[in-house]
Amino acid sequence: MPAKIIESKPRPFKRVDLNPITLDIIENAMLNARWEMDAVLFRTAMSPGIREQHDEFPMIANLEGKMVVGQFGSFIYGFKEAYDGTIEEGDMFLTTDPYSCKGAISHINDWLLLRPIFKEGRLIAYAAMFGHMTDVGGKVPGSLPTDAREIFEEGIRIPPTKIIKNDELQEDILELILHNCRLPHWNRSDFNALVAAIRTAEKRVIEMAERFGDDVFYSALDELLERNKRAMGKLIRNTVPTKKQFFEDYICDDGLGMGPYKIKCSMWREGNKVIFDFDGTDPQSISSINFYLNEEMFKMFCGVYMIMVFDPQIMFNDGFYDLMEVHIPEGTLLKPREPAALSCRTHALGRIFDVLGGLLGQGNPDFLCGAGFSDSPHFMYSGYDKNGEWYQLYSIGFGGIPGKPTGDGPDGHSLWPSFTNVPNEFLESYFPLRMEVYETIPDSGGPGKHRGGNALSTGYRFLEPGEISIHDDRWLTYPWGVNGGLPGQRSEKILVRKNGKKELMPSKCDRIKVEAGDMLYFNTWGGGGCGDPLERDAERVSFDVKAGLVTRKGARRYGVVLNSDLSVNQKQTESLRKRMAKSRGKPKMFDFGGKIEVLKKNAKRETGHPAPKQPEFQKWVVGETKPKKKKATRKKAKARKAPAKKAAGKKPAAKKRTVRRKAA
Amino acid sequence: MSYRLGVDVGGTFTDLLLVDDSTGNTYTAKVPSTPDDSSIGVLNGVERVCQNAKINPEKITHVMHGTTVATNTVLTGTGAKVGLVTTKGYKQVLQIARSFVPGGLGGWVIYNKSDPLAPLALTIEADERMGADGKVVKKLKKGDLSRDLKKLKKENIEALTVSLINSYANGATEKEIGRIAKKELNGVPVSLSSDVVPEMQEYERTITTVANSYVRPKVETYVKNLQRKLKQKMNDVQLHILRSDGGMASSKVAADLPVNLLMSGPAGGVSGAVWVATQAGFQNLLTFDMGGTSTDVALVEGGKAQLRRETTVGDVTVRASSVDVRTVGAGGGSIAHVPELTGALRVGPESAGAEPGPAAYNKGGELPTVTDANVVLGLLPTEVRLGGDMEIRKDLATKAIQPIAKALGLSVKEAAAGIIDIVNENMYGALRLVSVEKGYDPRDFALIGFGGAGPLHANALGRLMNSWPVIIPPGPGVLCAYGDATTRVRDEASRTFIKRFSDTSVGEVSRIFDQLARKAAKTLDKEGVPKADRSTTYQVDIRYHGQGLLLTVDFELADLKKKGLDVIGDPFDEMHRQLFTFALDSDKEIVNLRAVAQGKEATLAARRVAKGSANPPAKAKIAKSKVFLDGKDRDAQLYDRRELQSGNVIHGPAIVLEMDSTTVILPDNQGSVDDFGNILITPAS
Repeated sequence: MPAKIIESKPRPFKRVDLNPITLDIIENAMLNARWEMDAVLFRTAMSPGIREQHDEFPMIANLEGKMVVGQFGSFIYGFKEAYDGTIEEGDMFLTTDPYSCKGAISHINDWLLLRPIFKEGRLIAYAAMFGHMTDVGGKVPGSLPTDAREIFEEGIRIPPTKIIKNDELQEDILELILHNCRLPHWNRSDFNALVAAIRTAEKRVIEMAERFGDDVFYSALDELLERNKRAMGKLIRNTVPTKKQFFEDYICDDGLGMGPYKIKCSMWREGNKVIFDFDGTDPQSISSINFYLNEEMFKMFCGVYMIMVFDPQIMFNDGFYDLMEVHIPEGTLLKPREPAALSCRTHALGRIFDVLGGLLGQGNPDFLCGAGFSDSPHFMYSGYDKNGEWYQLYSIGFGGIPGKPTGDGPDGHSLWPSFTNVPNEFLESYFPLRMEVYETIPDSGGPGKHRGGNALSTGYRFLEPGEISIHDDRWLTYPWGVNGGLPGQRSEKILVRKNGKKELMPSKCDRIKVEAGDMLYFNTWGGGGCGDPLERDAERVSFDVKAGLVTRKGARRYGVVLNSDLSVNQKQTESLRKRMAKSRGKPKMFDFGGKIEVLKKNAKRETGHPAPKQPEFQKWVVGETKPKKKKATRKKAKARKAPAKKAAGKKPAAKKRTVRRKAA
Repeated sequence: MSYRLGVDVGGTFTDLLLVDDSTGNTYTAKVPSTPDDSSIGVLNGVERVCQNAKINPEKITHVMHGTTVATNTVLTGTGAKVGLVTTKGYKQVLQIARSFVPGGLGGWVIYNKSDPLAPLALTIEADERMGADGKVVKKLKKGDLSRDLKKLKKENIEALTVSLINSYANGATEKEIGRIAKKELNGVPVSLSSDVVPEMQEYERTITTVANSYVRPKVETYVKNLQRKLKQKMNDVQLHILRSDGGMASSKVAADLPVNLLMSGPAGGVSGAVWVATQAGFQNLLTFDMGGTSTDVALVEGGKAQLRRETTVGDVTVRASSVDVRTVGAGGGSIAHVPELTGALRVGPESAGAEPGPAAYNKGGELPTVTDANVVLGLLPTEVRLGGDMEIRKDLATKAIQPIAKALGLSVKEAAAGIIDIVNENMYGALRLVSVEKGYDPRDFALIGFGGAGPLHANALGRLMNSWPVIIPPGPGVLCAYGDATTRVRDEASRTFIKRFSDTSVGEVSRIFDQLARKAAKTLDKEGVPKADRSTTYQVDIRYHGQGLLLTVDFELADLKKKGLDVIGDPFDEMHRQLFTFALDSDKEIVNLRAVAQGKEATLAARRVAKGSANPPAKAKIAKSKVFLDGKDRDAQLYDRRELQSGNVIHGPAIVLEMDSTTVILPDNQGSVDDFGNILITPAS
């Protein structure tokens, strides 16, 4: 049963003719409301992940649930279809279960709140927002276990629930949830902040409808969606060839020593419509790197990426959804079956953008960008300090933005919208840490006419014993370069014990014990280069060397020879560039740094880590050819009976531990 | 008998306001600006205003001046060659910044980051370490540092910044490096982050201190030059510069901490607006200052401008208090366009600027601007001109708007009206940002319009905001000079002090506030402000433990000492509820403590205009003109503002002209002239 909307005074809206100026004004007002949601959340949230790093996303949708302003597209359609209940005035829904909202959020840490907005007894819009909670319980601090086999290990999973009913907070439900989290005061405060942000959006929407009239407001949202559809239609016709394009990229490993996992996508155009097909993507993993990719969300990724690359003037919303068709085979890494674990989906989520870039760029090489910082690496550190107080840090790392046709990729920056780093002085004053190194790694950005950004090296000195988790990728495969640009440097993690002993850390691990005095070097990866490095302005290469971003030796990869004062030696540069151009031949469209078999073969020698083993897939997933007819209502929960547990092997023994919570 | 002088240097005119300290009488003068060396224009103005007042320039004791020198230095990238010393491991603190990429999902594709204000090639690392608790973890290696400083000397740096990790907790090592640098780099000015902004967050502290170094030599030269020239005419004159926070600083303090001057210009406008509106009887204001390329808006409550702890100029954001002025890229020169793919009408942020300027100015501009739209609508009349302004060509404006009209399928007039509606909407967004979005109801505020284009659009903004009356003061330039002349000497001292309520006591907090008050008072000592004329206010930045936000609470220190920490805690809960709809039952955390010392407010008499009747005198009515407003062609009366009298009522649609501004009164609105020559616009009753 789909959700039932209950209105006390239902009246149809009238589609009216709009003055184009009014339309632009409403568009601006909607955008302002969206930015205001962010502002309210950042200011009132408590977890550093949301308040400093901005791991959250807002949305305002029309009454059908189509996103008019926001970031990741709407999930409301899927939610309405799956939710077996009523949507009423005064409701606010909370869900954290990807399987109950068709992947609108993709792991349990993301708390999604949705509010239907009513005006005078009828539904006029929706506002929604989700934020990443530092902890939602489960088997490890941070709730992102790299070795989870089932979603049940990843914390408290909340199906769509009316957490606010008739504008009353359902306190007993909230208390029940918070009781399952390690840092309940953060969750509580972040929850309040999300509610406040959504209420702000509601206020603005009602003000707008009052200012312009309900029918004008309703018609304007419709027309904004239409306008976007028309613009995207033209864009698709101009940029997507009818000939099939293919691209594939990899997740290096699954945290269990297996990998790499392939993500494959093909794309072609039929008339005004573009079709994406993920056939050929590997089956779902038995660990937690699965990414439940919502088709609508993928359309938004794709639409936004096209807009940014080809015409940033277009305002994006859901209007163009009919112009895209997305096929993701069930049981794959991108559409795993319940109860597959999902917590470490960040790698595949990021890698989707590299795949998109590669796909769209093939038909338009002038617009092709290098492989990017397509991940958001996590670092976690927790334990009890000297005073017996529980500390727990979740933070997101950054790296090299790829080189792009418009210029260099910034060093040590974020590909994710609105993310920022946590000031190190803040970390040092609230956590038992000393941040001894915070710099980018010279030569780690892929050489190109436009250089890829450098990777970031963060040196954490631990001042208390505790446990750390690392989540990263691209240690085996390279961030590729394009149009002659070379790949960026891969990632690595080195733990230097107090006694000086160095330990190489895998890119995904949990519960690594550290002692006071140990130091972790968390080195991310560089962005791929864009365009021929031999065409890079030699003066800029010299500038980068003087700045310490490229080494003198590294300058030679651009064919640039420097004098002892680091100025350009014109003559030697010219002849070196000539020689290099000749021996290299025609620049490649993509430079992956070698075939996957070769990378695996050289893994131990080059990275210090053995090559990952061929992934094992669950038989019940691989063997099935015809997808079962599924109905994702929470009551059926058919998938729970699936023989996943058999295939998942032994369950890690849950350690018993007590957590002292800091009372708010 | 002594006099004080307010000076505002604008792009076209330099305005001066002379105040007789004993009587409060004022005299004004307007002379052309001299952009190559603005002191020439200032001196011409001094001569003129002294003639008007029939006094000897020697009698002027204080010159007060708002300046855009610091701002322009940043905007044009013409600052000093700055060297930077960081803690080992943090050389790239400005390169990495906050890792933020603007523009939303995929925004990186078009984001090109500019190089840091202090080049990496001129950044060196000091081998030292301070802990977050202010205890030295590792002592400074002096030998290495001296060697690296010598290298910077060879590179001929013009200013040096020292910004070390955790120096907000203990600045001792920075001071030590400062001493070594003085020795090694003879004469190069050194800025220490622990002096400039002793607050947590390494990137923000570093960029603020570097910005200080970056603008310092330019500002110093400008201030010294002006001071010297003024002294040639007036022996004992003291030059004061208006700071971003609306306070006055001596020229010496201003030159040492020029990062506090980045908003000096807009602050003058806001201070002037406050003064003018106060005379007219309004204490709650939205200020609306619209120029050629951008518009500045601010909110004033109870006669006090809201301050914020951040100043943004171009793509540089620093931690320095400034009047909370929000700037949008919307002005008379903003260009309208219709992107092919969406067919939407966009206005700005690109601007035709002064060169080539709007099409109507016939200086080579061909793109349609907001000014052109105003010309097409008849709101900037072409047939009547006052003063020696440039000619305005309606035919060229019409030609420029035509392509927009075609793309939208509208008439040229309708398209022009659309451009005005959109640009008004953009400015409306900025006004909402300082009001509605901060929990203020705009209906409780009057709106005051100034700047070159402010009076043209203010009535429309008043309508959108529902803020009445809309106040149009006479002479937009002299308004800033009023701001300059009426500002008080002010200084503040602050300190980061992160403690939860449960971990500190009233005694501890009060002791620090007493120290800060003494520190802030030092500036007033230097300025010779008599003790009786001083006042000190206290502020605390506070949040719920764990939050990122900071709300500033003003309070009385005596109250705090008597009643305890609730004196700051309770108002915080209330503000939090007002802003975010909820308060928490969590422990509160103090972050920054601040004491602000101020001198006495200047008294001056407002200039009054002659009294008249409701009907404006015949000589004020200079012509009639066709305008297109609210979707219709209408007849508007044109008035000469110089001839208007107190008590006159002007019925819209009407246009009031004066030498450097044009005021539009919309249909169904009326403007009443008050005793001081302000036009107060309200909906017609």
